[in-house]
Amino acid sequence: MTASNQVVKDVAAQEYKYGFVTDVESEVAPPGLSEETVRFISAKKNEPEWMLEGRLKAYKYFTTLVDKEQVPDWAHLRYSPINFQDIIYYSAPKQKVSLENLDQVDPEILKTYERLGIPLQEQKRLAGVAVDAVFDSVSIATTFQAELAKKGIIFCSMSEAVQNHPELVKKYLGSVVPYTDNFFAALNAAVFSDGSFCYIPKGVRCPMELTTYFRINTEGSGQFERTLIIAEESSYVSYLEGCSAPMRDENQLHAAVVELITEENAEIKYSTIQNWYPGDEQGKGGIYNFVTKRGKCAGKNSKISWTQVETGSAITWKYPSVILQGDNSIGEFYSVALTKGYQQADTGTKMTHIGKNTRSTIIAKGISAGHANNTYRGLVRVNPKAVNSWNFTQCDSLLLGDQCGAHTTPYVEVKNNSSHLEHEAFTSKVSEAQIFYCNQRGISTEEAHSVIINGFCKEVFKQLPLEFAVEATRLLEMNLEGTVG
Amino acid sequence: MTQIGVKPEESYLNISEHLESTASLNDSVHFKGLRNKARKCFQELGFPVERRGNEEWKYTDVSPIAKIPFEMPDLRHQQFVRGIVSTPVGFGKSHWNKLVFVDGQYEEKLSVVKDLPDNVLVKDFNKASKGDYDLIGKHLGNYADFHGNAFNALNTSFLDNGAFISIPNEVVINDPIEIIFMTTGLEQDTFIQPRILVLVGDNSKVAIVESYVGIEDTRYFNNSVTELVVGNGANLEYYKIQTQSRKSFHITNTEIIVGKDSTFSSMNIDLGGKLVRNNLNLLTNAEGSYSVLNGLYLVNGTQHVDNQVIIDHAKPHTTSRELYKGILDGKSKSVFHGSIIVREGAYKVNANQVDKNLLLSDKAEAYTKPAFWVYCDDVLCGHGAACGQMDENALFYLRSRGIDELSARSLLTLAFVSEVIDSIGNEHLREQINDMVHSRLEDWLGIFS
Repeated sequence: MTASNQVVKDVAAQEYKYGFVTDVESEVAPPGLSEETVRFISAKKNEPEWMLEGRLKAYKYFTTLVDKEQVPDWAHLRYSPINFQDIIYYSAPKQKVSLENLDQVDPEILKTYERLGIPLQEQKRLAGVAVDAVFDSVSIATTFQAELAKKGIIFCSMSEAVQNHPELVKKYLGSVVPYTDNFFAALNAAVFSDGSFCYIPKGVRCPMELTTYFRINTEGSGQFERTLIIAEESSYVSYLEGCSAPMRDENQLHAAVVELITEENAEIKYSTIQNWYPGDEQGKGGIYNFVTKRGKCAGKNSKISWTQVETGSAITWKYPSVILQGDNSIGEFYSVALTKGYQQADTGTKMTHIGKNTRSTIIAKGISAGHANNTYRGLVRVNPKAVNSWNFTQCDSLLLGDQCGAHTTPYVEVKNNSSHLEHEAFTSKVSEAQIFYCNQRGISTEEAHSVIINGFCKEVFKQLPLEFAVEATRLLEMNLEGTVG
Repeated sequence: MTQIGVKPEESYLNISEHLESTASLNDSVHFKGLRNKARKCFQELGFPVERRGNEEWKYTDVSPIAKIPFEMPDLRHQQFVRGIVSTPVGFGKSHWNKLVFVDGQYEEKLSVVKDLPDNVLVKDFNKASKGDYDLIGKHLGNYADFHGNAFNALNTSFLDNGAFISIPNEVVINDPIEIIFMTTGLEQDTFIQPRILVLVGDNSKVAIVESYVGIEDTRYFNNSVTELVVGNGANLEYYKIQTQSRKSFHITNTEIIVGKDSTFSSMNIDLGGKLVRNNLNLLTNAEGSYSVLNGLYLVNGTQHVDNQVIIDHAKPHTTSRELYKGILDGKSKSVFHGSIIVREGAYKVNANQVDKNLLLSDKAEAYTKPAFWVYCDDVLCGHGAACGQMDENALFYLRSRGIDELSARSLLTLAFVSEVIDSIGNEHLREQINDMVHSRLEDWLGIFS
């Protein structure tokens, strides 16, 4: 067996590090989806009437979609149909009613986050990151809340926001991703349990990175979180998101919705490291990750930037998009998607140019190994009034092994002639010439692979905030471990 | 024959069945069998007018075709037609071998078939000998599968005459062979279903020109199916030039299968038509083939041109190059959907795909989707797409050198298309196409001295 074959085998056989289960007592809703489930969740959250109404509307819409069998099937994914009645829609660690500080959090949960390397403890201030941790269905702890509040920044769980800032939630929730948007968005709008809420007031530059860490723990449960970030005029925030789940044989569903809104001159930078359990070597188990992420550049000169590193999940169905509504607004999408084993990813972005002089950049890198299939699917749409808009798209794929697939399906729709669009892509493997070049300079084949793959992803990694960039590189190295040393 | 309230699909089936029952179609067993199967298939499929989830026809709505009750051209008009068309109106030289079809009927008097090497067949299906039918039966309908393709099924339901060209092994033919389909549209709303089969033997070389011409301002529906078989080590240059009426509907299905170490090149020129859709499917069936697929479309007004090109790299060491360019003016629309498939085990495939559109007006729309489906790691695939208007910097550069704006624009527009035109192998055709493109642009831009 040649060295590169070994590399490929090793990549495909990598184990999942975060697959432990935390033994913590949970309060769970009985599995199944019905109006009662929706009411149960809403009651558990002590939600006002308008929230419940919204949920029920979404639930009704979802049931019509199910009746009409309008489960989206256009993606290049193969999976057995999801039985929505088998899923537990609400699971929360048994807790005291409300938490005063972290000491009251179940030590088992804190230990979990420690094992994951998430600095939940406020004393780890040096990390300089405010964290909102979501365990199964509910937000466990949000750190640095007080400090952020001094600047007028609201950073809390979605349930808290519904209680304390209903006017903001009412105004913005569902304004970018309405429940009618798609199948999974409708499901999420009906049963979402928690998530993060972030509001940056006018002219404030958020002094630290904000983080949400998602963890699915309970067996048979799904996670449906909802994130809403609002950046008022001339504000700035950088937001990070991380995910993991225990190893289980059955597939668990994760259907989240993320909405971002930027007003004039505001900027949101949203970074994700998605490392849900991808299933075992035979492709058994793993998370079904069906996520709707969309940002709206509502104001002039605003900017939304998505950066994602996708290494987990059995199935990834995710298209972080930007609606470029304000004149001169900017949308960016940087993505690395690594699939191995029997993982399947269909991911990309959608840039809708509406305002004048809007610009968008798409850099998507796909790495495929083992029996995995990795698809880039992107749409760049330039509306007639989006004059002088500009887009550059690059979507490259790297293939490691002859059993995997890499696909690109970009759509370009141009409806005016003053816009400029460029698209380029290539698909190939790590060439023998590249490896040979490294070898003759004394770099081993394994190391050469690692260096080349890191180089391939560099353009995306450099967009990540420092802590995440380190984690991403490490994550990639871990996934390619056995080749590096 | 069209009845009010009858579904358009039914109307075609009725005509086809009527022709079948009056024994007015080619009576070979193979033809008959294909027609029967195709009718059934077309009945099941219907026109692909469904909008939701219809990926293949996402940007092209064929409901105008489905709504108009097109009829078979009346054969009694043939006499009259012969009177007005006295010379063939294709793009080749007069002495080139050519098969001419007027309103779907083979015109022997206008056709030229002479000085061909032994065993080279250039004829209408209906003029084929019994021995020829053995060959035709072996190939016809084998490559262009009508299952799942309504337009192909429709064409096959009317399978009758058509161009049959067969080149035996080891034969080089110097001058291109032209196949001309002329639609007069003297009657309103007629349809024609052209059919072509070209077999190129091992190590042979030939150029084929498929020309679609018509009289301006008449409405008709052209729905053709072409099958090209390129033998091992063979070389086929294939041109499709379309300058039909700007009210016409033009659908083509071209299936190409290329052999070991063969060379294939295609050039697809679309200047006419109201709604044009070209399906071009290429299958590399053996190792070592090299294929070039180029296209050029110049549209304005409300013209709509859709090119769907699928290249299936089923075997290793195969190469493909694809370059489509379009100039759009008025409210015209262009669609490019290129798919490159690399099958498992098809290592050392080298594929490249480019689509570029120049938008001259702010109402023109371009849709492009260059896609890859790669199931093998040892490949080199690349694609690019660009849409936009003229480069202001380039324009400024020319202006700064004393060239007036109109001339500068014309120079840049010509430079944009010349990349495709220059790739035309045959000198005569290159000149012809170059002249046509120039005069078209001249009309649009009002320039060129």
